[in-house]
Amino acid sequence: MLKLISRGLMVATATFALSTAAAADVNEISGAGATFPYPVYGKWASAYQKETGVKFNYQAIGSGGGIKQISAKTVDFGASDAPLTPEKLDEIGLMQFPMVMGGVVPVVHIDGIKAGDLKLSGEALADIFMGKVKKWNDSEIAELNPDLNLPDKAITVVHRSDGSGTTWIFTNYLSKVSSDWKNEIGNEKAVKWPAGVGGKGNQGVASYVDRINGSIGYVEYAYALQNKMAYAQLENHDGNYVSPTAENFQAAAAGADWANADGFYMVLTDQPGANSWPITGATFILVYKQASKPEVTQAVLKFFDWSYANGDDMANKLDYVPMPDSVVKLVEKTWAKEIKGSNGNDVWTVSMSN
Amino acid sequence: MSTELTTDGSIPATDARTGRTGHLADKAFRGLTQFFALLVALSVLGVFITLLVGAWPALEQYGFFNFLTTNDWNPVTDVYGAVAPIYGTLVTSLLALLIGVPVSFGIALFITELAPVWLKRPIGVAIELLAAVPSIIYGMWGLFVFAPWFSENVQPWMTDNLGDWPLIGGLFQGPPMGIGMFTAGLILAIMIIPFMAAVMRDVFETVPPVYKESAYGLGGTTWEVVWKVVLPYTKIGVVGGIMLGLGRALGETMAVTFVIGNSHNVSGSLFMPGNTISSTLANEFTEADGAIYTSSLISLGLVLFLLTFVVLAIAKLMLIRLKAKEGKAS
Repeated sequence: MLKLISRGLMVATATFALSTAAAADVNEISGAGATFPYPVYGKWASAYQKETGVKFNYQAIGSGGGIKQISAKTVDFGASDAPLTPEKLDEIGLMQFPMVMGGVVPVVHIDGIKAGDLKLSGEALADIFMGKVKKWNDSEIAELNPDLNLPDKAITVVHRSDGSGTTWIFTNYLSKVSSDWKNEIGNEKAVKWPAGVGGKGNQGVASYVDRINGSIGYVEYAYALQNKMAYAQLENHDGNYVSPTAENFQAAAAGADWANADGFYMVLTDQPGANSWPITGATFILVYKQASKPEVTQAVLKFFDWSYANGDDMANKLDYVPMPDSVVKLVEKTWAKEIKGSNGNDVWTVSMSN
Repeated sequence: MSTELTTDGSIPATDARTGRTGHLADKAFRGLTQFFALLVALSVLGVFITLLVGAWPALEQYGFFNFLTTNDWNPVTDVYGAVAPIYGTLVTSLLALLIGVPVSFGIALFITELAPVWLKRPIGVAIELLAAVPSIIYGMWGLFVFAPWFSENVQPWMTDNLGDWPLIGGLFQGPPMGIGMFTAGLILAIMIIPFMAAVMRDVFETVPPVYKESAYGLGGTTWEVVWKVVLPYTKIGVVGGIMLGLGRALGETMAVTFVIGNSHNVSGSLFMPGNTISSTLANEFTEADGAIYTSSLISLGLVLFLLTFVVLAIAKLMLIRLKAKEGKAS
């Protein structure tokens, strides 16, 4: 009897605590992680702050740093360009959801070659980055580009020197299209590059490619656009040559079966579809399933819910691809199902959605 | 204000009261300065211990010697060896000294011995200003201004004219990218020249004019005076200045990261991209999420710490031996 009373009391106080806590204003949320979505998160944050007064602090320290920070609970959410495996998520007690999509683009600097002129297959791209194809007029490239007059010039490979989600997506693609790459190099945020020079950040790669005649590198789509770089067309899963455009990223995402992706573990590289850009990826947000501060987690989810609902135009303007509505619904349902306060109460209900 | 001086020059404590408070203040001041000095020693020890603890998992797995002597840096298979970054650190720093020491010596010599009086101050101020430029500025200048110019105008010439020389020819072969260990060494040299030149100038100025005047009076040329009078008198200071420069070159991060090419390879050519310990740390620390990966990076930090320590120890030893020789000669 006494036990029952005490338990009842506990639940009552806990509920009371939650309701007062939720009522208390959370006017600042903080997160850390991936650099790739930083511009769009920043844009959303300033619009959100104007509307609600809630301040959003995001430190773009890299995906690895984001995972470390959320594991150490020094931030309210983490962000990563590479999805965490369901096992890793369970180990730390996190859930992840995709926030926005983008593409990785191979960019070249060859005199006389303009954006979209050069066509590459996945195999050729892998061979170039492995240092097997050393000159631009190598038969492997020339066969794909019978119309182009390729110079007898050494290829300088430019890769990222820092660990990065961009590299993760890029090497994930190369591992899918080249068994040599998969066996010898592999898929990670930093790999043992067999050839070339390393630039720090997308900006570093972009400036090296810009400096070095005969170079090829890979950058986020937005950087290729902003720096007006000469991108290459890629052969996709269906065998068509496609250019990196927002529509083609969306085409890659359209076929993805998010509903059956355990823990939203989904990689969008080498997707089927006539127009699918083969190196597409989503960037992810990480939060604890067991919220130690439910009111803060709720504020975090409110922000992302607002961004899903109101942020599409801002994302498009910055050359990111917003998540399709069907995926958003799925994500918010999962929030309601999986994220609980320390007392087991729901942190999010579907009715809260914008 | 008339204080009586004792024979040894100290002020006698005539007033008992002021004497006591003075004594207390002295004690407090002594304690405070002692604390500051100890703080430095403790921080060094603390840094060392922290590095050692952080590096332990990696060193336990690979062994310290093995870590130092293998050249594999592969985050995918989690295998790490430090040869490439250590090699890059040593090569770029040596190159920086090779270029920087003669130039600094020349600058200091010009200012103290040859320059007309009105020119001494402007040059001195310019050097001090150069020393105050943040390192990232040098890095950006190196990448955006120097590297393109160097790759188009100097590098092809060097490859054509020096590339075929026996022994050293291999150093100058490779694609003219403007980015690589040579550029890194050159930028480092520019960065450490102000430090070395400033120290050398200061110590050259400590040479009593009487010495130099006597040497000139005996018919010595400027070169002879500098080589046989000024340099022997100031060698400790000069070596100290060079070590200061070397210390900076070994640890420099941002400027090197910009221009070295950041690639884990050991190449005989100075035109190929490489890596240094500090640029590897700057590049990879944020995204290193595996325990062994992080620990290997901290081990690299430990190696740099020890390397700097060893360099300074060697410098100190050299100075002691120089002094000992001096004793014998006289």
